[in-house]
Amino acid sequence: MATQIPLNVNGRTQTVTVDDPQMPLLYALRNDVGLHGPRYGCGLGQCGACTVHIDGKAVRSCQFPLAKAAGRKILTLEGLGSSAQPHPLQKAFIAEQAVQCGYCINGMIMQAKALLDTNRHPSDDQIKQALAHNLCRCGTHVRIVRAVKRAAAEMA
Amino acid sequence: MLNQTISRRDFLKTGGSLVVTFSLSGLVPGAGAQSSPTGKTVAVDAVDGFVAIGADGSVSIYSGKVDLGTGVRTALTQIAADELDVPLAKVKVIEGDTALTPDQGPTYGSLSIQIGGMQIRQACATARAALVAEAAKRLNSAPGDVATQDGMCVARGQRIAYNELIGNKEFQLKVDPKASLKDPAKYKVVGKSVPRLDIPAKVTGEFQYMQDFRLPGMLHGRVIRPAGVHSELISYDDAAAKRVPGFVQTVRKGNYLAVVATSEWAAIRASRAVKAKWSKWEGLPDSKNLWEYVRKTKINKDEELQKVGNSADALKSGAKKMSATFDFAIHTHGSIGPSCAVAEWKDGKVTCWSASQATHLLRKQMAQMLKMKEQDVRCLYIDGSGCYGRNGHEDAAADAVLIAKEVGKPVRVQWMRADEHGWDPKGPPTLIDYRGALDAKGNIAAWESEVFIPDRPSQISVTLVAADLAGLPKESAHPGNIHQALAIPYTIPNIKATAHWLAETPLKPSWIRTPGRMQNTFGNEVFMDELASAANADPVEFRLRHLNDKRGIECLERAARLADWTPRKSRPEYSGDIAYGRGVSYIKYELVRTYVAVVANVEVNKKTGKIRVTKFHVAHDCGQIINPDGLKNQIEGNVVQTTSRTLIEELKFNRSAVTSLDWKSYPILTFPDVPEVAMDLIDRPNEKPWGAGEPTAAVVPSAISNAVFDALGIRLRSVPFTPDKVLAALKTA
Repeated sequence: MATQIPLNVNGRTQTVTVDDPQMPLLYALRNDVGLHGPRYGCGLGQCGACTVHIDGKAVRSCQFPLAKAAGRKILTLEGLGSSAQPHPLQKAFIAEQAVQCGYCINGMIMQAKALLDTNRHPSDDQIKQALAHNLCRCGTHVRIVRAVKRAAAEMA
Repeated sequence: MLNQTISRRDFLKTGGSLVVTFSLSGLVPGAGAQSSPTGKTVAVDAVDGFVAIGADGSVSIYSGKVDLGTGVRTALTQIAADELDVPLAKVKVIEGDTALTPDQGPTYGSLSIQIGGMQIRQACATARAALVAEAAKRLNSAPGDVATQDGMCVARGQRIAYNELIGNKEFQLKVDPKASLKDPAKYKVVGKSVPRLDIPAKVTGEFQYMQDFRLPGMLHGRVIRPAGVHSELISYDDAAAKRVPGFVQTVRKGNYLAVVATSEWAAIRASRAVKAKWSKWEGLPDSKNLWEYVRKTKINKDEELQKVGNSADALKSGAKKMSATFDFAIHTHGSIGPSCAVAEWKDGKVTCWSASQATHLLRKQMAQMLKMKEQDVRCLYIDGSGCYGRNGHEDAAADAVLIAKEVGKPVRVQWMRADEHGWDPKGPPTLIDYRGALDAKGNIAAWESEVFIPDRPSQISVTLVAADLAGLPKESAHPGNIHQALAIPYTIPNIKATAHWLAETPLKPSWIRTPGRMQNTFGNEVFMDELASAANADPVEFRLRHLNDKRGIECLERAARLADWTPRKSRPEYSGDIAYGRGVSYIKYELVRTYVAVVANVEVNKKTGKIRVTKFHVAHDCGQIINPDGLKNQIEGNVVQTTSRTLIEELKFNRSAVTSLDWKSYPILTFPDVPEVAMDLIDRPNEKPWGAGEPTAAVVPSAISNAVFDALGIRLRSVPFTPDKVLAALKTA
């Protein structure tokens, strides 16, 4: 039976119609809202590629039931900024060229934003700890840490 | 990118027929016999295969090599812009489309710049010469008086734009291998760290990956995997799947089982609801005795890879003799995004979008599987998650094509995490034996190596999983040049390197970053260190002593300098829990190209056995550098990824199937354990550019092992270097 669920994504409310309200939020964001920022990596909450913010907290959207997201404030990579008007974190990732394939980068930026929201001057170790559960296979880690530091400096 | 892709197709459908046959004078006309359904030639010897100049002066570069997240798209743009003398922003690279791009071979082996880029450079140089010749005629000048800049020919104060000369028309020229190339001193963008063109879109969610690609009316498929690698499907019950809203149908072909639904989530739910009964299959070896199994596997043939002098006699008469055995575990690619593909059938022809590193090879394999003509199959590349060799992309593509054929609608197949870990082809287990001898002066008198690696007959080649399961015809590929780099880059009077090509290997093998070269160099460079130690020599000095190659010597010396390497009289003892060490390693890739020398710094916890690699120092000489920052990014990736493979990665399996099906059972290195990377890039603008995607990875495992020896006096000869192995080695030390 189809259910209608109102979602507030990046400041805009829209209703998605689904058969299963327990469907992970990720699929609604990608297939119903049409976003590309949050990515499917494992569906198990292990890699972080699907990370979004819900009410200001970094959440693995592949593990988050759609029904629970109803009416809450969802922020995705697209909500941070665009290539025309990038968020300081996005700008820093461009400046540091902190991307190889880039598939994990959504999670890196969204998780880093959660860190910078609570710690404006993180040390290298704090950045590494904050990103310890976000996986990157290309080996872009060194640049990602530099990018987060750069963003922190710019935002401070 | 969806819009771009479709508009490109529409453009070519019409544009192809509008192209006016037009031949620039001065060079051989008539290339382009190998045309595609779009009308555009894809011939590798035709300028039009690679280059097209639009009516608006835009330049399209058609590349068979694709950007797998390495930045090669930007590098190819730089090469073309400089060779044609056009602004960077005017150049667009179109990649991996069997209907549009020449078959330049798969994107592997660190060849995208070295081979692919140089073919494009030569095509651009030919095009530029033809434009100059035509401009000379129109401007009444000698070709030698015509200069090119910013997409224009200039002579005697007059200018004529390329598009006025050739816009939207074909060159109809063969690539001239002698067309003179631009003087490197005049490069404007080659050699510069041009920012990568794809990054702004990738950090804002604007980029369209393969996983984001959608077609109107598209359905979603999911494959239900057998319980064992070669289990047979006895029966299945899809009654519960049929009750999932959005279920469309079940597809069965032999042992191939899949479900199709209108939405992605419905396909996932339906696939979980199918009850399949599989036959018991336990044909995999006992993983506890993997190395015994490899050693006892039937040898199809032996191949001598390097032979100098008489190693057997020299071994007998050597003053000091050594032997050692090395093994290297099975690895998986571990792409962060599981493979994905979309296929659409129309009028008996099929189009397939995937992130395949080898669209031309994939087309061949698909045509064979489907019993179709190759020209009726079109494969297009769209960037996926990084792949480091042949992972699951091609198999997902075969899934999409098969399922779409059954349902008669476009189908997207997104592999789940367990599909990728469980069913992508693997880096095969590798076993290597060494024997060596020192002479009375402590120099190497004899060197023998024997590697045990899977042979390349059809039954263990990289066939398409869907074709295997559905019992369809298969075109074989083979698992890469995994014997490469067993031959050593040192001057030694007696050498014998042998490959034992094995009749079977547990899981379907393929090439994963630095295939074979990584395993073989691990053995070579640790054994080299063992000989140095036996000779009481400094490992850097010992290598230099056996090197007779100017560029190699410079590379190794610069790595040592970067690391502040000073010879030690003896190994320091560490009284606390942590021991510190440094290890060197060196390669001349495949004996013919890129030089890399590294020094690794490690910390080893004597109580827990855990190794931390704290820093890598890399000296790197790949000849002409196209984009220094892109090169650094690749080197860092090589170091970090291979540190992960070396320290922790090992694919687990039982007698039936792979059991490492997620990131918990196949962990990879995370941020807290990532080493720092210092680099010294040796740029040689007047030399050929060589590959950089793999060579650094080759020296990482040996450098770490040698550093652990420096720290604790133990030799790690089995990858991965788990804490258990370190503790066991410490016990017997």
